[in-house]
Amino acid sequence: MGVLENRFQDNVIVASLDKFLGWARSTSPWYFQFGLACCAIEMMASAASRHDLERIGMMPRSSPRQADVMIVAGTVTMKMALRVKKLYEQMADPKYVISMGSCATSGGPYWQHGYHVLKGVDLVVPVDVYVPGCPPRPEALIEGLLKLQEKIQTERPLTRKSA
Amino acid sequence: MYRDFGTIFIFIFMGIVLVYVPLLIQQLVAPSNPNPDKLATYECGEESEGSAWVQFNIRFYVVALIFLIFDVEVVFLFPWAVVFNELGMLAFVEMAIFLVILMIGLAYVWKKGDLDWVKYNVKYGRGRYANLIEKSQTTQES
Repeated sequence: MGVLENRFQDNVIVASLDKFLGWARSTSPWYFQFGLACCAIEMMASAASRHDLERIGMMPRSSPRQADVMIVAGTVTMKMALRVKKLYEQMADPKYVISMGSCATSGGPYWQHGYHVLKGVDLVVPVDVYVPGCPPRPEALIEGLLKLQEKIQTERPLTRKSA
Repeated sequence: MYRDFGTIFIFIFMGIVLVYVPLLIQQLVAPSNPNPDKLATYECGEESEGSAWVQFNIRFYVVALIFLIFDVEVVFLFPWAVVFNELGMLAFVEMAIFLVILMIGLAYVWKKGDLDWVKYNVKYGRGRYANLIEKSQTTQES
């Protein structure tokens, strides 16, 4: 844990600083881009000029070291699940996960007979936002990202958490 | 006069401050949860194998260098060939001189034996290369 993290009683200065930190974190969540299946096409479309994710401060990064949000875009196979887990571990804190599409959320069309598909990426990494769809349109992904930004904004990084 | 140096010192001071104050702030604010997986080398999610200090054979360097020279030669030759008809005799002579210079280089490399993967004329061979020349001569004779 960081030096100042979760160390302070709730008061007006700490609350303002928390709000500031939440604003800073939520307005530039760079996402770790790796496309696993057709959802990746929609993710690329979201980042491209028509939908333009950089409007809301999101920028694709190819290294987990620079990324804040991991967008799991597509079918997570059993083989890939180990890699997804490792990549999540290698991201810098604070880190968030978006499960994009029904495959990543629950196995999707492979739920019943897909012997090789992980039934939901939340079995290996903690997911913050689930985006439904097969694949979700860019609007749906952007909705999910805005929900994630709201979630980051309500976090209180400096305030002591009561047990 | 010393006032000018003062400006420089202020620049140096501000440069140091602007580097280390953000580092200090992030040290205070950023969460730090190191674990072995996180500290491991990033290799696209794969387990890293072996050390990064892999040695390449030095002979690849010479081959790469020779390739680069002739690669660039071709890059120059293509536009020259496209407008060859309009340029006339002068461009032809210039390109011939250029090619001759490169051919001299090729002849030098050939003479030095750098085009051979196994080098027979090693001058100061040691260890198992010490008697390489005698060895190659005996293999040629037999």
